[in-house]
Amino acid sequence: MSPFQLEIQLVAAVVAVACALPGTFLVLRQMAMMSDAISHAILPGIVIGFFLTGNLSSPILILGGAATGLLTVVLVEWMRKTNRVREDAAIGLVFSALFATGVILIARYAGDVHLDTDAVLLGELAFAPFDRLEIAGYDLGPQSLYSTGSVGLLCAAFIMLFYKELKLATFDSALCATLGFLPGLLHYALMGLISMTAVAAFDAVGSILVVALMVGPPISAYLLTNRLDRMILYSILLAVTAAVSGYWIAYLLDASIAGCMAAIVGVQFGILLCVAPNQGLLAAWQRRKRQRWQFAIKMLVIHLLQHEGTPEAERECRVDHLQEHLAWEKPFAANVVSRAAAQRLLYPVGESLELTVTGRELAREAIVHH
Amino acid sequence: MANAIEVRDLTVAYRESPVLWDIDLDVPSGVLMAVVGPNGAGKTTLIKTILSLIKPAAGQVRIFGQSYRSVASSVGYVPQRGSVDWDFPTSAIDVVLMGLYGRLGWVRRPGRSERAEALAALGQVGIAELAHRQISQLSGGQQQRVFLARALVQDARIYLMDEPLQGVDATTERTIIDILRTLRSLGKTVVVVHHDLQTVSSYFDEVLLLNVRRIASGPVSEVFTEASLRLTYGGRVAIIRDAT
Repeated sequence: MSPFQLEIQLVAAVVAVACALPGTFLVLRQMAMMSDAISHAILPGIVIGFFLTGNLSSPILILGGAATGLLTVVLVEWMRKTNRVREDAAIGLVFSALFATGVILIARYAGDVHLDTDAVLLGELAFAPFDRLEIAGYDLGPQSLYSTGSVGLLCAAFIMLFYKELKLATFDSALCATLGFLPGLLHYALMGLISMTAVAAFDAVGSILVVALMVGPPISAYLLTNRLDRMILYSILLAVTAAVSGYWIAYLLDASIAGCMAAIVGVQFGILLCVAPNQGLLAAWQRRKRQRWQFAIKMLVIHLLQHEGTPEAERECRVDHLQEHLAWEKPFAANVVSRAAAQRLLYPVGESLELTVTGRELAREAIVHH
Repeated sequence: MANAIEVRDLTVAYRESPVLWDIDLDVPSGVLMAVVGPNGAGKTTLIKTILSLIKPAAGQVRIFGQSYRSVASSVGYVPQRGSVDWDFPTSAIDVVLMGLYGRLGWVRRPGRSERAEALAALGQVGIAELAHRQISQLSGGQQQRVFLARALVQDARIYLMDEPLQGVDATTERTIIDILRTLRSLGKTVVVVHHDLQTVSSYFDEVLLLNVRRIASGPVSEVFTEASLRLTYGGRVAIIRDAT
């Protein structure tokens, strides 16, 4: 592995983590679409910042982008409050208008610089090592590592410091307000951070991957845990995994690194959706199957209990009668009986079935609870 | 004793239409008060306005003679159960701990003593053994108990509860009512948005009948009459007094 390759992966991993951190709260606030809006709406801010400084790596660009990102949030909320437009429509309208403004500004006034529209959408991670930070002649590594790294550290510090407040504001903003915290301020601080992350990440990975990295790892992590701290941790791990494996797949396929990373984020979610321990589809399917058998067994023991000791017991408790009484197919009935017998709930006596003590208890309990 | 809550000339409007119109209300200290009225009567709006979550168009709210801001820590709030996302990745005890965040202030995290307090509150509402259960795995009644425990740890002087008995099972209802009575015996004031007219007389001392305007308020025995109920619900109510 060459130093360049290592640097590209490092930038990719740092970008991924910087996005996943605030992304977790975005997902929990059910505002995932806002990442899409912000990551596009920062463009005019970046362009204007570039016009002011004439330098693509100036921190002014981050502030400009953050400003138009926040402007999106404010405009969307204002439009929603008019009750004339729904939030999704407001988001769609605001960010595309701002993005278009950015595209026009680039086409009209910045045709000759690196700010071209392809790079805006997908970024170019492979170029990250060419733009280097040098101080007094010393090469300190790729410039983008520092811009994304500092924004990532800012996100981490913000979340660590205000973890409790963010958790409360996200879960129950009314209580947050009555306890004297400022949910509105926290909201805008988070949105501001997301805008800054989007700007810093955008140069490296473009606006589409920013969305994938902000939303993908958190929703995948959400499938794995029901604790917020674990969810953040798993988002980070999934984001780093996607960054590194995305790089190597792009290397092998000679494809876009950003594109491969986004694809891996999607694959991660797809796999976890199927196999996640509790919330995965496979686990849910198994649970349903188990519940179906368990329910059938309960019906059987209740049926046996109700006829136990009655004159018609001999007829009602026969295996072949179950077909008629419970409307079960013969193989299904036989299967239920053998499962119930394996659980020592009943045992066959000649042609009919007799409950064990445990079986009787289960039946009584089931009657009480239904 | 002074009134716990005093509402004067309160009007709240969304756009042009008033949700609450010229409300005057005194909540005496140390009582259990029910707030009843039809859907859209402004019950939740009233609670939220008292809590300063909604800005009124006119009028004012005083709590122990002061503004909400200066007594915020002595007011506990139990929102409607449906107002939060119960799929949020957190456990019952974590939700109860949130009631202590106000006392902790910014940045400071809850520690061992706070966890012990939260666990004790969960014990008080009878679900200590569910402390570490993820909140989506709790039943509706258990979720309501978690909300109540969260208000209890605040150790407030006034509690405002929005439909704490909505959709809970009979056991939970008894537990919650017992706790409300305990709070009253400790001298707390409890205002509860309530929907079951049949239980108003047996559960509460005072009642506010609300339908955008204040129809009546005062001791249940005096104001909870057929006439005032008919005014509140516009004649759409069949009265339901027990034969006793």
